[in-house]
Amino acid sequence: METIAAFVLAIIIVAVILDLLRRKKIREKYAALWLIVGAATVVLGAFPQLLAIAAETVGVEVPSNLLFALGILFVLGVLLHLSVEISSVEDETRALAEEVAILRAQLEALAPERALPSDKGAAGTLAAPAKNRVPDHGSAVPEHGSPGGKGASAAHPPQKQKHP
Amino acid sequence: MPKAPYSRALVIMPAWNEAQTVGNTVRETLAMEQQYDVLVVDDGSTDGTAAEAEAAGATVLRLPFNLGVGGAMRAGFKYAARTGYDAVVQVDADGQHDPRDIERVLRGLENADISIGARFAERGEYRVSGPRKWAMQFLAGVISALARTRLTDVTSGFRAANTRAIAQYLDHYPAEYLGDTIDSLVVAIKSGCRVVQVPVEMRVRQGGTPSHNPTKAAIYLGRSVFALLFALTRRKSGPVHLMGA
Repeated sequence: METIAAFVLAIIIVAVILDLLRRKKIREKYAALWLIVGAATVVLGAFPQLLAIAAETVGVEVPSNLLFALGILFVLGVLLHLSVEISSVEDETRALAEEVAILRAQLEALAPERALPSDKGAAGTLAAPAKNRVPDHGSAVPEHGSPGGKGASAAHPPQKQKHP
Repeated sequence: MPKAPYSRALVIMPAWNEAQTVGNTVRETLAMEQQYDVLVVDDGSTDGTAAEAEAAGATVLRLPFNLGVGGAMRAGFKYAARTGYDAVVQVDADGQHDPRDIERVLRGLENADISIGARFAERGEYRVSGPRKWAMQFLAGVISALARTRLTDVTSGFRAANTRAIAQYLDHYPAEYLGDTIDSLVVAIKSGCRVVQVPVEMRVRQGGTPSHNPTKAAIYLGRSVFALLFALTRRKSGPVHLMGA
């Protein structure tokens, strides 16, 4: 009975991964790792005696320990891989933020009268329709009755505190 | 006065929620007779920092989210390289760095690529104690040995860079806490940049709250050593390409 349960579970995992891949919810480079594990689980589910044989070959007394050790190793590997990927994504994001800030400054230097609302972040600018844009305090002429200004600032996301 | 070691200098102020002080600091800097251009890098502030800086007459780079001092400086260096400045000097937006010392720090570039405004060297009243002081002395010792010159305040943010140092920074300028001072300096030295320090005075904060307590000091010690050890193992920047990253 347990054999069937393990086999069915493995099949489900593989099916889910293939479906994610088909719907482009997961990139191939990540899916490959999971597919290998899925395939291994299917094989082990179908032939449980393989685990016992493998355990004996490498000298592990309790077969399930071999399974746990391999599982932990795999999870560690995946986590490391994700950390590396996140680091490179953070780098790319930072470079984009730099570009955006520089381009915006250059744009405003070229056409100050068409300047974007200044003291709100990009999120606020996107969230607020043109009418609700908050004028710079002091500098801009107030638009005819723009009560939406407060809503735009409330929509601003909370900031992470990174400065010392 | 001898000729300045640069033709166009840019003062970069990283600012994060410093609306109270940034306007004054910018005005004070612009009022100097040397006529510096001032760039305020608004590091995702949620207050009116960018508007204050702009009203005071600075060019403002608005980062869409908070990147930390290192990230803000990197954006500033990129801007300087793109717009053709051949020297930059980093100044705190909170007014702790005296704008009258900017010229002194920039003059350090006459015989170096990086010039640090040091807070303890003979002048000024700035004092620290406890673990923070030991950490600073330890860091100063190690980095002085690397740089083959005596440096006493390696975590000072008041520093100037010439084109060579800017190009190196664009290759490696970490955004993490303390990385922006220690890590960047160590890798710059390893990559062949020459460093000097010039004594400057520190002023009391013009606003905001200082961070002084034992736990923070201990954490500071740990992180600074960590930052240093990593920096020492980093690979140096390759042949540094000048300008236009």
